[in-house]
Amino acid sequence: MTGAANPASSAGRGARLRALNRKLLRDLSALKGQAAAIALVIASGVMTLMIAVTTLDALSLTQQRFYEDFHFADVFADLTRAPEAVSERLRGIPGVNRIETRVKAPVRLEVPGFGEPARGLLLSIPDGREALLNQLYLREGRLPDPGRADEVAVSDGFAAAHGLRAGDRITAIIRGRLTTLWISGTVLSPEHVYQAAPTDLLPDYRRYGILWMNRRALASAYGMEGAFNNVVLGLEAGASEARVIAEVDRVLGRYGGTGAYGRDDQHSHRFLHEELRQLRAQAAILPTIFMLVSAFLLNVVLGRIIRNQREQVAVLKAFGYHDRDIALHYGTMTGMIVAIGSALGIGFGLWAGSGLAGIYTEYFRFPELRFRLQGWVILLAIGVAAGAAMLGTLRSVRAAARLPPAEGMRPEPPARFHRGWLERSALRGWLDQPTRIVLRNVSRHPLKSALSVVGIAMSLGLLVMGAYQLNAVDHMIDTQYRQVMRMDLHLSFSDPTPARVQSELRHLPGVLVAETYRSVPVRLLAGHREYRTAVLGMDEQPYLRQLLDGRQRPQRLPPEGLLLTDYLAQDLGLRVGDRVRLEVQEGHRQTVTVPLVGVVDEPLGVGAYMRRAALNRLMREGPAVSGAWLMIDAGQEATLFERLWELPAIASVGMISEAEGDIREYMADTLLMFALVFVLLATSITFAVVYNNARIAFAERSRELATLQVLGYSRAEVSWILIGEILLLTLVALPVGWLIGTGFAWALNQAFSMDMFRVPLVLTPGAYGFATAVVLAASVAAAALVVRRLHRLDKLSLLKAVE
Amino acid sequence: MVFETRGLTKTYLMGEVQIHALQGVDLDLYAGELVVMLGASGSGKSTLLNIMGGLDTATSGSVRYRDQDLTHASERDLTLFRRDHVGFVFQFYNLIASLTARENVAIVTEISRDPMPPEEALARVGLKKRLDHFPAQLSGGEQQRVAIARAIAKQPAVLLCDEPTGALDSKTGIQVLEALEHINDEMRTTVAIITHNEVIGEMADRVVRLRDGRVEGIHVNDRRREPRELRW
Ligand SMILES: Nc1ncnc2c1ncn2[C@@H]1O[C@H](COP(=O)(O)OP(=O)(O)OP(=O)(O)O)[C@@H](O)[C@H]1O
Ligand SMILES: [Mg+2]
Repeated sequence: MTGAANPASSAGRGARLRALNRKLLRDLSALKGQAAAIALVIASGVMTLMIAVTTLDALSLTQQRFYEDFHFADVFADLTRAPEAVSERLRGIPGVNRIETRVKAPVRLEVPGFGEPARGLLLSIPDGREALLNQLYLREGRLPDPGRADEVAVSDGFAAAHGLRAGDRITAIIRGRLTTLWISGTVLSPEHVYQAAPTDLLPDYRRYGILWMNRRALASAYGMEGAFNNVVLGLEAGASEARVIAEVDRVLGRYGGTGAYGRDDQHSHRFLHEELRQLRAQAAILPTIFMLVSAFLLNVVLGRIIRNQREQVAVLKAFGYHDRDIALHYGTMTGMIVAIGSALGIGFGLWAGSGLAGIYTEYFRFPELRFRLQGWVILLAIGVAAGAAMLGTLRSVRAAARLPPAEGMRPEPPARFHRGWLERSALRGWLDQPTRIVLRNVSRHPLKSALSVVGIAMSLGLLVMGAYQLNAVDHMIDTQYRQVMRMDLHLSFSDPTPARVQSELRHLPGVLVAETYRSVPVRLLAGHREYRTAVLGMDEQPYLRQLLDGRQRPQRLPPEGLLLTDYLAQDLGLRVGDRVRLEVQEGHRQTVTVPLVGVVDEPLGVGAYMRRAALNRLMREGPAVSGAWLMIDAGQEATLFERLWELPAIASVGMISEAEGDIREYMADTLLMFALVFVLLATSITFAVVYNNARIAFAERSRELATLQVLGYSRAEVSWILIGEILLLTLVALPVGWLIGTGFAWALNQAFSMDMFRVPLVLTPGAYGFATAVVLAASVAAAALVVRRLHRLDKLSLLKAVE
Repeated sequence: MVFETRGLTKTYLMGEVQIHALQGVDLDLYAGELVVMLGASGSGKSTLLNIMGGLDTATSGSVRYRDQDLTHASERDLTLFRRDHVGFVFQFYNLIASLTARENVAIVTEISRDPMPPEEALARVGLKKRLDHFPAQLSGGEQQRVAIARAIAKQPAVLLCDEPTGALDSKTGIQVLEALEHINDEMRTTVAIITHNEVIGEMADRVVRLRDGRVEGIHVNDRRREPRELRW
């Protein structure tokens, strides 16, 4: 019989380990609850990574293609008026390879069937040829016929919001003259990917549209024949943008140039850029946190599995299995969990990623979003998951592989028990036997207990962080619209207007409070840093537009000096008392130096503020204003609107409630969507972690519990040993989790500060409460599940079997 | 000669305390013989067996297996030594709970050079009808016989058994001993059995007594008794 060849023994290495593989599968299926829980956490990490990376990739790829294919300009400049011949001098600037002069006209639009007027921007396109820069992508219809003076192409967002199609008609007020325009088609432009009006944070497609019109027609309507008031330039590769900007400013200075700027200061590009930056932060932070949690979980779970199987490992080694076979065995076990988690995460990530990308197309108008799946993204996701798994399991797997067989064969030495301080304290008499067992079980393995506590605390931390996002965004918008922007309407005038308009406005029907402001476009310079914004000149203590200090109290404007949003001051490296250079981009375009006298805490947008009188003095003008804020009686809104639109000086009327609604919607679509997904994931992770802990506790105690029941303890008493342990660990984990969550929120807050908004680091009791409730609910559910398991346990078989 | 130990010592360090589990063991085991090792609890039986089987290493002294020096063998060499030459039977069976009887044997035959089929090994211990049972579905004696099948299936040159009947009643214990005797008889396998049970000594060629980590004495039986003649 000796020669009887066993087919298995002669087969290859892979086939040789068949019985071991079967053990692997059976072990995994016995652990399916825990394995699924870990796979879920891994899937969450992979999913957030996939979403962020694919969305980031889609947006930046699309952006790049659109910019390249449609020749997005590099430098932009506005001016009052220059004869066309000046363009030759601009073309001669070293580094410039393309140039396109344009006529740009802010207009008021009236769309049939839409009760309110809208703001518009009319831009010229060359007659009968394609523009060299900022070319238009035709979504529908055609470009304006070169022979016709009354055709326009309109931005697709505006067209879609009003249901406008080629052949429809709208009315524009150009320089006070009512002009009927026919729509030839709808278009997109790399210059207006983000179609928010210059003063707005968010696009309002119904109230702001961009229109493109033939150059000659627009020039004659706007009084710009043979001249231009806007120019865009494309640079040669390697040209210095700063030097070109300086040259352009030198040339255009005489023509009322308001300062050329690069893409970084271009409205649309800047927003897109910020959004990409935020996505990049998300791509880095969220998956990292999930992966750390999953590494940790794997560490706990696999560590315990291996510890429970040390005798099996010892037997395998006694019979001649190599260390590497053992390592491979447990490595594969981890690998399968990781594989399942990664596959789930990739699938859901792609699904959610394409969904999110769809949402982005609402805010960023691209010809088409190039959503693609790249091999490296999947590899990255798997790599990150595998890395986390390695991090989590390396130690246990190595310990298993290195376990000396003689060592493993001996049952684990009985634990040394001692009476803890709790038992020695006054409570002593109160503690019944089962409770004492709970305390001893927990204190017997301080490391194990600590790991469980940290695991629960981490998931609690994730929940706090998720709830923080949900709450803080609301808090941020509330602050902005209850404390900072308290007006109902925001009017802007076409030109600076004498300040006495304030009393006129106050007497309009339905106006309760009216305040005016002066707004002057400026360039702020501090060291090497610069920022383009507008200085808002206001009353000493404006009631409708408040400036909050660091403690959310309204502050007064000093008679002289400048205030900046704290974020902007920080960005420019300025501290109160420093001097700021201020280049006025209007009128005489003077440069002055003013002291920074304070900072303003506001969550949305950034700005610069001054006393209006001081600003008027600086502008060498009389008491002029650029716009007004109104608080109105909602009942008379309609009458008021009619009266307002009769005033020709008014360029736009903004309803703050609409703006608030828009920003809430935007937040709900992007940040909150993410946060919600995050909270859902964190909730499931919490259940996973808590359930895991409970299961492990159950596995480790089942023999002892069966013994107690056989000895005559009641079910309830025995159950209490398990429940008590789970609850005790959970309770200890709560404060730790609150701390960890605060830390996570802080990290997130640091990454998500930007021009457009800064989610404040406000952790409401609600956030902690929510997170705590989820953890407690998870604990109760997990306890119920294991107690049910305990009751179904076959006590006798457990006592009989010697593992 | 299969095993030769000279001056074998093993010292465990428990914190401050040194425990001398073996204090100079000189012992030879011969090819094809059946040796029973007796000794009080803590006398060092398991320690000695583990070192001979390459599961553990000595603190000082030497162990040889045929012409191989195990004293200074590397971890890898010890693994190969165990894989190719030794079968173990442990007091607590140490079966893998998630594998059936057949698979528990296969897990060893799959890595051996010249094994017998798992079914045959199980048949030899009288478990032909229990091939697909999981350990939890087997009695203690049956589990121990699976463990023996696992140990003999690879046709090892030596079989080292640490209290194979320790957890069994006498009837089942005798069945297990019969299986061991059978292997020794038929396959000329050298068998070493650790036990606390004096009676089992009667089935051995030689009985080795250990005391406080030393060989106290060796008794050579004139005649080996059949396991079924034993009573306890
Ligand atoms: N890993 C260890 N660490 C410390 N001391 C040990 C260790 N293993 C064994 N010992 C000690 O070495 C001595 C011999 O142990 P061994 O297990 O060889 O005894 P044994 O003869 O097999 O006893 P039994 O019949 O109870 O199985 C004992 O005193 C034991 O406490
Ligand atoms: Mg022993």
